[in-house]
Amino acid sequence: MPADPIAKTAVPPSTADFVRRSLVRKGRWGVAEIGFWAVAAATLFLLPERHLILNEIAIIGLFALSLDLILGYAGIVSLGHAAFFGFGAYMAGILAKHGFADPLLGLVVSALAAALLGFVTSFLVLRGTDLTKLMVTLGVALVLGEIANQASWVTGGADGLQGISMGPVLGLFEFDIFGTTAYAYSLTVTFLLFIVARRIVVSPFGLSLRSIRDNPLRARAVGIPVNRRLVAVYTLAAAYAGVAGALLAQTTQFVSLDVLAFHRSADIMLVLVIGGAGYLYGGLLGAIGFKVLQDILSAWTPQYWQFWIGLILVVLVLVGRERLTDKAKALRPRSRGRLAGQAKVLPTTTAGEV
Amino acid sequence: MAAALETRNLVKRFGGIVATDNVTFRLEQGARHALIGPNGAGKTTFINLLTGVLAPTSGQIFLDGVDATQMRPESRVHRGLARTFQINQLFPAMTPLETIGLAVSERMGGGRDWWRVTGSRREIVDEIVEIAQRFRLTDALDERTSNLAYGKQRLLEIAVAFACRPRVLLLDEPAAGVPEAERHELLATVAALPRDVSVLLIEHDMDLVFSFADRISVLVNGAIFTEGTVEEVSTDPRVRAVYLGESVDE
Ligand SMILES: Nc1ncnc2c1ncn2[C@@H]1O[C@H](COP(=O)(O)OP(=O)(O)OP(=O)(O)O)[C@@H](O)[C@H]1O
Ligand SMILES: [Mg+2]
Repeated sequence: MPADPIAKTAVPPSTADFVRRSLVRKGRWGVAEIGFWAVAAATLFLLPERHLILNEIAIIGLFALSLDLILGYAGIVSLGHAAFFGFGAYMAGILAKHGFADPLLGLVVSALAAALLGFVTSFLVLRGTDLTKLMVTLGVALVLGEIANQASWVTGGADGLQGISMGPVLGLFEFDIFGTTAYAYSLTVTFLLFIVARRIVVSPFGLSLRSIRDNPLRARAVGIPVNRRLVAVYTLAAAYAGVAGALLAQTTQFVSLDVLAFHRSADIMLVLVIGGAGYLYGGLLGAIGFKVLQDILSAWTPQYWQFWIGLILVVLVLVGRERLTDKAKALRPRSRGRLAGQAKVLPTTTAGEV
Repeated sequence: MAAALETRNLVKRFGGIVATDNVTFRLEQGARHALIGPNGAGKTTFINLLTGVLAPTSGQIFLDGVDATQMRPESRVHRGLARTFQINQLFPAMTPLETIGLAVSERMGGGRDWWRVTGSRREIVDEIVEIAQRFRLTDALDERTSNLAYGKQRLLEIAVAFACRPRVLLLDEPAAGVPEAERHELLATVAALPRDVSVLLIEHDMDLVFSFADRISVLVNGAIFTEGTVEEVSTDPRVRAVYLGESVDE
């Protein structure tokens, strides 16, 4: 390349260092993060009387983390994420009921089963617009709910799946009535899966997901197999949701049709909106916020707590905590002085208009 | 030697509109080729057909002699075909660093890598730096793309395409809308593209076209109206009539 003088210039080490540090920085754990998990671990010892609700929070947090992977990182909207949660729950419950009482085995099987369901349904979900996605995800969850209702010989139908008895975790820790083992178990599983998710979102794969969320047309134009990536993350998220469902089944030793209900899917969306999507902690913080709010509100006004939750949701979204997608942020011009150019700089253009 | 890019009898209809009308075209290896034509002539549609964003109604596309008509868009990128967009198609919430890093790591097969942190590979870092320098983006690497000046965004448009290490680069009006003050920088980077990359440039700015290209094709109503050297096309009275005159009047 004789006519290419630029390629010949040596890379200045300072810029290279800057680039490397700037990229690798995202993989490092901050003080606040370590603090968060330290506090979570401390609650095992400091809040023994709250372990039942903390267990629930850990499970909801993991479930919301799963939604964050597809919504916050890949921009896939879903109103039926409970399909995977419920499928995992039933899977774990049915296994235990039939004598496979080892919790970890149940977890693995539920994860695989939910992943398979996610993989298969991804091909329905990933075509079409956001509205199509909402409807298809909703439909899949409804269908699954009805199947669970009808197949009462295996699911227990409307009475729920009863008579589950779990073995000890790792053959050592029996579940107790205070929920201590349950919470320690759920928190550990959530933490481990969080570490994996955190790793994934800063990897090249995770970067490609964010690019697809931001602009699938351009993502394709840099050679990213968009659909394959979306199938992969949808499958992964389904596995995460399946694990969350399995944790619920195992730690409460009961599964009812409620795990597949529409309100589960809607609540988890709410949880993620409360916490904020697209930075992984949103699901966990949202789960805490949601449960605490629910606790306070239902104690204060048992009949109307949903009214207040609804009101809070509207206020949250309108006040500008909508981190559902960064796109929403990009549409709101912020940089002073460039406002004039901003509007036409980044129009959302569909493939047809290019 | 096979052409870097070739089309045979390429047709694209949108309902009643024939946006691409039987276009047979060759982009030679290492060419500096310009495609000009009035607004709505079908230039962008032609690019969309070449890159696989749109499927042709009929006709064929060859990349380095290989039939690419049925290839998926991403496969064409892997085979060395990259393009920029007339209207910016960037990742608003990502930084230029991430954007270029994405394209580079994707090309090096990193997109399937879900365990390592982006930027942990030395060859990726070096290449990001090289591209940032080439397109004068080193100062803006860590800013949010949506906050960049428009001229910088246009540079990033080309930088991302270039990060795919294309053998054929399609530039769709790279200088469109860039204010005069930032124009020079952009034109300099286009002029400095390596010679082994074959470039097809769509542009309305005739100064840029004449200084950059060694061949020019004129597209009118979807069909190739004429093709020739800069000399031939710039002095062709019919071209002046259908195009140059019109653009001067604007
Ligand atoms: N997706 C589409 N559906 C219907 N018609 C389209 C579509 N895309 C382009 N066209 C039409 O095809 C013709 C060619 O458009 P195209 O955008 O390719 O022109 P162009 O040469 O790039 O123009 P410009 O110089 O303004 O960018 C126009 O008449 C346009 O309206
Ligand atoms: Mg155009």
